[in-house]
Amino acid sequence: MKNERNKFTKGKIINIVIAVLIYILIMAALNGGMLSRQMSSLLVPICVNVMLAVSLNLITGFLGELTLGHAGFMSIGAYAGSLLTIYLDLPMYVEFIIAILVGGAVAAFFGFLIGVPVLRLRGDYLAIVTLAFGEIIKSVINVIKITNGAKGLNDIPSYSTFRNFTIVYILVILTIILIVNLVNSRHGRAIRSIRDNYIAAESVGIPVSKFKVMAFVISAFFAGVAGVVYAHNVGIIKPTTFDYNKSIEILVIVVLGGMGNIRGSIIAATILTLLPEMLRGADNLRMLIYAIVLIAMMLFNGSGAKERLISSKYFPKFLKRQKGVE
Amino acid sequence: MNLFQSIMEQLLNGLRTGSIYALIALGYSMVYGIAKMINFAHGDVIMVGAYALFMGMTALSLPLPVAIIFTIVVCAVLGIAIEKVAYKPLRNASSLAVLITAIGMSFLLQSLALIIFSATPIPFKSIISMKGIKIAGVDIPGITIITLVVTTAIMVALTLFINKTKAGSAMRAVSEDRGAAALMGINVNRTISMTFAIGSALAAVAGILYICQYQSITPTLGALPGIKAFVAAVLGGIGSIPGAMVGGILLGIVESMSKAYISTELADAIVFGVLVVILLVKPSGLLGKLKAEKV
Repeated sequence: MKNERNKFTKGKIINIVIAVLIYILIMAALNGGMLSRQMSSLLVPICVNVMLAVSLNLITGFLGELTLGHAGFMSIGAYAGSLLTIYLDLPMYVEFIIAILVGGAVAAFFGFLIGVPVLRLRGDYLAIVTLAFGEIIKSVINVIKITNGAKGLNDIPSYSTFRNFTIVYILVILTIILIVNLVNSRHGRAIRSIRDNYIAAESVGIPVSKFKVMAFVISAFFAGVAGVVYAHNVGIIKPTTFDYNKSIEILVIVVLGGMGNIRGSIIAATILTLLPEMLRGADNLRMLIYAIVLIAMMLFNGSGAKERLISSKYFPKFLKRQKGVE
Repeated sequence: MNLFQSIMEQLLNGLRTGSIYALIALGYSMVYGIAKMINFAHGDVIMVGAYALFMGMTALSLPLPVAIIFTIVVCAVLGIAIEKVAYKPLRNASSLAVLITAIGMSFLLQSLALIIFSATPIPFKSIISMKGIKIAGVDIPGITIITLVVTTAIMVALTLFINKTKAGSAMRAVSEDRGAAALMGINVNRTISMTFAIGSALAAVAGILYICQYQSITPTLGALPGIKAFVAAVLGGIGSIPGAMVGGILLGIVESMSKAYISTELADAIVFGVLVVILLVKPSGLLGKLKAEKV
């Protein structure tokens, strides 16, 4: 154990330095007025997508189960948090922190509710049931009174716009640190062993059910937190914001970044949030590009084309280093 | 008597939607049985079918029977093409990879349709002009009669095809054990292509019946019936042909009953709720077989 800890120290320091540097750069650019209005308004959406992608990666990449209802957890968090900040009357930071915790907790509770029954299912069946749950959440939010139905919630205080970037950034870093530490911990190894071979994992005494539910709950928690941040940035939320397409969008980020690769998720989330803004006016093309990228990526990884490329002599040697889990 | 009439009418509505779901669900189920994958793009084949019929009748100004055949051929070819391009290279990849590719394919078809035809709904006049009839005070619209007749005929034909013909037994053999089937001299690739073609042709018929009912065409038209039909296939036990039929009709009836007597907005939630409950009680669906896993 001691060796392992030492091994990680260097990497950890580098990551912390990178995180701090990025923060200083962004703050300098923001305060120096180097970012256009459009660019600065993208900062928080990037952070939201990073949180969503990293949390989905825990289920899809590390537990190895496909869920198509991640936007459902996000919507639960968003609604719970927004209702709190609308009806509570506390100082801003206190209120926002309570909203974050409650939003995450409510989403986690639903993650538990959904996680326990779907334990009996695997693979395709699980995917479709999570999709069903996402749709159920959407239609229930559409009907009940407190969420204001299809009109959605307005007047959500803007606590997490780019003017309060620091708190959003801290949340993102916390999310990443917690998930990375979880994945590299004993529990994380158990979760990964379920992905690799759940029968073998079960036979060496890993409580598969417990870890599956755990992954679901933790992932839902952070999706809920991302929802709270999203709601307090945009100010308006509607049930249709969190539909099946949103779940797919997060899935695309995770797949593009590499399943089971946190750093990849972060980079992909950044690129895929910035890209549509660069391609403004070509919104229809964006979905097309997403689709093509998704298919190409899966074909490249799954059909053995990647292995052939790496083993061919044209592939540069310095890229051949085996990548482990971040 | 009034209550009886209203229930009967809702039951017939449910039967009509349900039989369309069943047609689509058959495609999901056959493909799942043979390729062990969920063809998420199946719902969008319906949409392509709807546009193909529209283009066939307006741009190419084909007579109706030819336009219908044109639609079916377009969808069957599309089904084969999707399989060859996206799914065949991934035969040995993890099921997660195939599922994600299928989702990508579904997105690809939708966004292509969006670029070609734009998001504005195209109004479509139903091609069914049969008059309804009245039995015991219950109105039966012409479209319901046609839908029920067409779907029943297709289901009977499909059951006979699968159980009685050589190609049908090849399909059953491949779905049971691909390796053994190949050793017995069955052309596995051709059988899989054929399954995709039949499934997509069924989706084309379903698409035609669907737009006759809703009378407007949009790029996302296939998404909802696709998901519902998929739910129907899972409900009945995916991979099972009679299961898909039962699941589809059951789903249609549940949907129309809850729309009429509970709440229009909650109908979808109830449909998905039924799926969740049934899967929790019977994880392999109503008529599905539970396979023991070997290590």
